[in-house]
Amino acid sequence: MTTLIEGCDEIVKDFLVESYENLDQLDQDLVALEQDPGNREILASVFRTIHTIKGTCGFLDFGKLEKVAHVGENLLSKLRDGELELDANRTSALLTMIDAIRSMLSHIEDDGSEGDADYGNLIDLLTNLQQTGSGPEAAGTAPGRAPDRDVEDVAQDAKRSAETAQAGGDGTLGSAETTTTTAQAADTPQDSAKQTKDTVQAADTPQDSAKKTMATAQAAETSGTVLSPAPSPTASSLTESTIRVDVDHLDRLMNLVGELVLARNQILQFTSKEEDAAFVATSQHLNMITTELQEGVMKTRMQPIGNVWNKLPRVVRDLARSCGKDVKIIMEGKETELDKTIIEAIRDPLTHLVRNSVDHGIEIPEERQALGKAHEGTLLLRAFHEGGQVNIEITDDGGGISTEVLKKKALERSIITTEQAARMSERELLNLIFAPGFSTAKKVTKVSGRGVGMDVVRTNIEKIGGSIDLQSKEGSGTTIRIKIPLTLAIIPALIVTDSGDRFAIPQVNLLELVRLEAEQIETSIEDINGSPVYRLRGNLLPLVFLNKELKMQAAESSAAGSSAVSIVVLQADEQQFGLIVDEINDTEEIVVKPLGTQIKDLDTFAGATIMGDGKIALILDVMGLAQRAGIIGELSSHGIGEHKEQASTGSDQRRTLLVFSIGDDRRMAIPLDLVARLEEFPISSVEVAGDREVVQYRGEIMPLVRLSRFFNTNPDETEQLQVVVYSHMSRSIGFVVEEIIDIVEERITVTIDPDEQMGLDGAAVVQEKVTDLLDVDAVVGAAAPEALEPAATAEAEA
Amino acid sequence: MLEERQFCTFLVADLFLGIPVSAVQEVIRYHEMTRVPLADRTITGLINLRGQIVTAVDLRQRLGLEDRAPESLPMNVVIRTDDGAVSLLVDEIGDVLEVEERDFEPPLETLGGKVRELVRGVFKLETGLLLILDEEKAANVSSTQSEAMELVRETI
Repeated sequence: MTTLIEGCDEIVKDFLVESYENLDQLDQDLVALEQDPGNREILASVFRTIHTIKGTCGFLDFGKLEKVAHVGENLLSKLRDGELELDANRTSALLTMIDAIRSMLSHIEDDGSEGDADYGNLIDLLTNLQQTGSGPEAAGTAPGRAPDRDVEDVAQDAKRSAETAQAGGDGTLGSAETTTTTAQAADTPQDSAKQTKDTVQAADTPQDSAKKTMATAQAAETSGTVLSPAPSPTASSLTESTIRVDVDHLDRLMNLVGELVLARNQILQFTSKEEDAAFVATSQHLNMITTELQEGVMKTRMQPIGNVWNKLPRVVRDLARSCGKDVKIIMEGKETELDKTIIEAIRDPLTHLVRNSVDHGIEIPEERQALGKAHEGTLLLRAFHEGGQVNIEITDDGGGISTEVLKKKALERSIITTEQAARMSERELLNLIFAPGFSTAKKVTKVSGRGVGMDVVRTNIEKIGGSIDLQSKEGSGTTIRIKIPLTLAIIPALIVTDSGDRFAIPQVNLLELVRLEAEQIETSIEDINGSPVYRLRGNLLPLVFLNKELKMQAAESSAAGSSAVSIVVLQADEQQFGLIVDEINDTEEIVVKPLGTQIKDLDTFAGATIMGDGKIALILDVMGLAQRAGIIGELSSHGIGEHKEQASTGSDQRRTLLVFSIGDDRRMAIPLDLVARLEEFPISSVEVAGDREVVQYRGEIMPLVRLSRFFNTNPDETEQLQVVVYSHMSRSIGFVVEEIIDIVEERITVTIDPDEQMGLDGAAVVQEKVTDLLDVDAVVGAAAPEALEPAATAEAEA
Repeated sequence: MLEERQFCTFLVADLFLGIPVSAVQEVIRYHEMTRVPLADRTITGLINLRGQIVTAVDLRQRLGLEDRAPESLPMNVVIRTDDGAVSLLVDEIGDVLEVEERDFEPPLETLGGKVRELVRGVFKLETGLLLILDEEKAANVSSTQSEAMELVRETI
C-alpha cells in the first residue's frame, strides 16, 4: 500500500484537493437538501460526489475510507431512488460521515495512512438508517403519511423531468440544466455515463408503482443527458479550463506588475518630450497593455465571498440544532469578489458573528411563536460593492439587543463610568458590545458568552482597514454591517509633505482638510498649556504636529513660519484630531508594501509605498500616531478600553480636566470628556424663560446654570459669559463660569470631604492648587432638572 | 569554525570586512533613500530595489564608528536574511577573496565593543587582516528597543 502511495504521490495529492472541494460542496448540499428533501438534482450531485470518492479510494487502496463511503453511498442511493426519505437523523448521519471522511483525508495528507480511528459505529448507524421507516426515533412519525407524499412528489417530479427530457431532446435548453449539475460535481464523462447505467438498471427492476414512476422519470432525465451531445464535452472542457496556481506565484506576479507600472510611468514621462510618432504610439500601446495586465493580475487574486459563506449553512444548522432553534439562512450577493487575503482575514470574524446571531439573536421557536413571529428564524447574509468597498451585512430577525441591558452590563464590568453611560447615544451603547471583556449572553455556552469574541472581531476587521457597525431594534432583530476594502494591496491614500518628506495617510482615517494661511496660524491655533487646539465649528480639535511627533528637522525648503500649513482632520477610534503638515499633495491609489523587521515595530508607520517617481513614501498609522501623541490611550487599542482603565484605577488616576474659576479665586474642574464645547455669549443675548436664564444656541434653547450662584461666589462681572457646554441625550446645558483656566492632564488624587458642599465630587490638587471637582449630574439635577430630560418629553410639556 | 571560503569584502572606515558570498544578493551603487523618522540611528533609510522596499543599515553606525564624511556616498551590499533583503551601507567595495582555513582566528580579545560583538573571526591575509562580519547580527536592529534606550538616556 505504502509503495503504491509513494509511486502515486501526485495522484493522492490531486485526490485530496479534489475531495476536500467536493466535501465542502457536500456540506452545503446536504443542508440544502434538508430544506428541500425532494430535490433530485441535489441528491444526485451528493450521490455522485460520494461515489467518486469511493471509487478513487478503491483505486488508491484506502480500505477504511472506502468502507465508510460505501455505506454512505448505499444510503444515498436509496434516498435518491426515493425508497427512503431524508430526515434530520439521516442528514446528521451523513454529515457525520462527511466529517469522518474529512478526518481520514487529513490523516492521509499528514502521513499517508487513514488513521486509527474506528468508524464501526458510524458504519452501523448508516447501515441501520437504510432500513425503511428511518431510525428508531422516526419510527413513530406518521409512517402512513410519508409514502403518500412520496407518491405525490414523485409524480410531480416525473412530469417535470419528462418535460425536461423532451426539451433536452429537441435542443440545448434542457441540456443546459443537466450540464450545470454535472459541472457542479466536477464529474468526468465516464462518471455520468456510469450513472446513466445505474439509473437505467434501477428502472429495469420492477418496484411498486410510485417508484416506477420515479425511476422512469429519472431514466427520462438521464436520457436527456444522453440524447443531447452537449453535456459531456462541456463537462470535460470545464475541468480542463481551470488550473491550480500557487498563491506565491500570484503575489510575485503582482509585485512585478507593480514594477512594470512604475517603469511605464517613467517611459510616459519621456514620451511627453518625444516627437517620434512611432515611439509615442508604441508607448501608448505599452500604457494600455500595462493597465490591462494590472487589472488582470488583480483579478486572479479575487475570489467570490461565497467561498467563505459556503461553510456557514452547516455551521448554522449544527448550532441551531444544538440550541433547539430553527434557523434558515439566506445569502445574497455570493458572487461579490474580494482579494484572497481579505477573504482569509474575514473568515473567522464572519463565522463568529453568524454563530453569535444564531446563539444570542434568534429565539427558540416557542418564544418566537409567542411573539407572533415565524417559528423559523431567518439569518440574512448580504454582500455588495459600494464606493470601492465591500459591504457585508448579517441580519437576524431575533430578539435584538437591549441598550439598557448593555448599559447595565458595561457598568457592572466597569467598562464605562456612570457619567459616560449617561452621555452615550444609542448607537454608542450598542457598539459597547465590541468592547473588550464584554458579553451579554445570559449564560456561557460552548459557542459564545465568554466575552472574548466581539472585540477580537472588531480588531480583526479593523486590522484589514475595515469597519464594523451594529444596529439593533429590541424585539425585531439585529444588523451588523461590515465595510472592508476590496484589496489590501492597493488602498486610496492622501499624500502629504512635511519637512521635505512625503507621507501617505490611508483615506479611511480621513475626515476633512483645513488650510490655514500664514497669517491665520497665529490667531486660530490656540494653545492651552502647551497643547495646541483648533476650534473646528465650535468643537475643540486637539492638534498634532507631524514634524514634532516624528522628531523631524525641517528641510531647508520649508522656511520656518512664513508659509501656510494644513490640518488633516483624522479619526482614531472615537477620537478626532488634527494633524498639521506643511503641504497636502494629492489623493492616490497606493500599493502597500510591508516594512522590514528593523522598523516594523514602529507603530507610527503601517507600511511603505513606492510613488510614481520611484521614491518611497511611508504610510502613517493613524492609530499609532494618535497613541504616540497621547490623543488616545496607549494601553488599549480602543477608546472604551481606555475608559475602563480609568474606571478601575480608583481615585488615583490620570485624567484630562478642564479647569476654570467661578469667582472668589475658587478653582473647579470637570473631566474634559464631559465637555461638549466651550462658548462665549454676550450678556445681552441671555433671555429669561420661566425662572431660568437661557440663550439661543444652535437653533435650540439652552438653559444656563451660573455656577457662581450655585456655589455662592462673586465672580468678576464681564460683558461676555464664558460657558462650558455639557450635552446629554442631544440636550445641552450651559454652565456659566468666570474664566476658563486650562486643560490639564494630570495624575490626581481625589479626596472626598464627608460634609462637602452639594454638587461637588471631591477635591484634588491640580497644578499645585486645590481644585474642586464638579459633580455635573448633581448640579444639573438640583439647578435644572428638566433640562436633561429626553427631548421628546420636554417638547410634549411645552 | 567557518565553512565559507569565499568572501565579499568591503571597507568601513579603516576596517577591512568580509561576509560570505553566499549571503550577498547583490552590490549596488549609492541609491537614494527615504529616511525613517523615529527609527534606530543605525537605519539610514529605505531603498526601492526594483519594487521591493529594503531597509538600509549603516555599518559605520552599527559598528560604533564615526560618521561618514557628508560628501562621500555609501555603497549598498544587499544581503539575504530570513526576513528578506537588507542593505548594509559600506564605504567602499573590495574584491571577492578566497581564503585558507588555516589563516582563521577567532575574534581577538582586544577588539573594541560593538566590533567585537559583530565579528565572527579574523583571517590573516598577506595584505592585512580581514574581519568576518556576522551579517545576520549586523542586520538585526530593532527600533523600539533603541527608542526605549534613547528615552532612558534622555531621562538620565
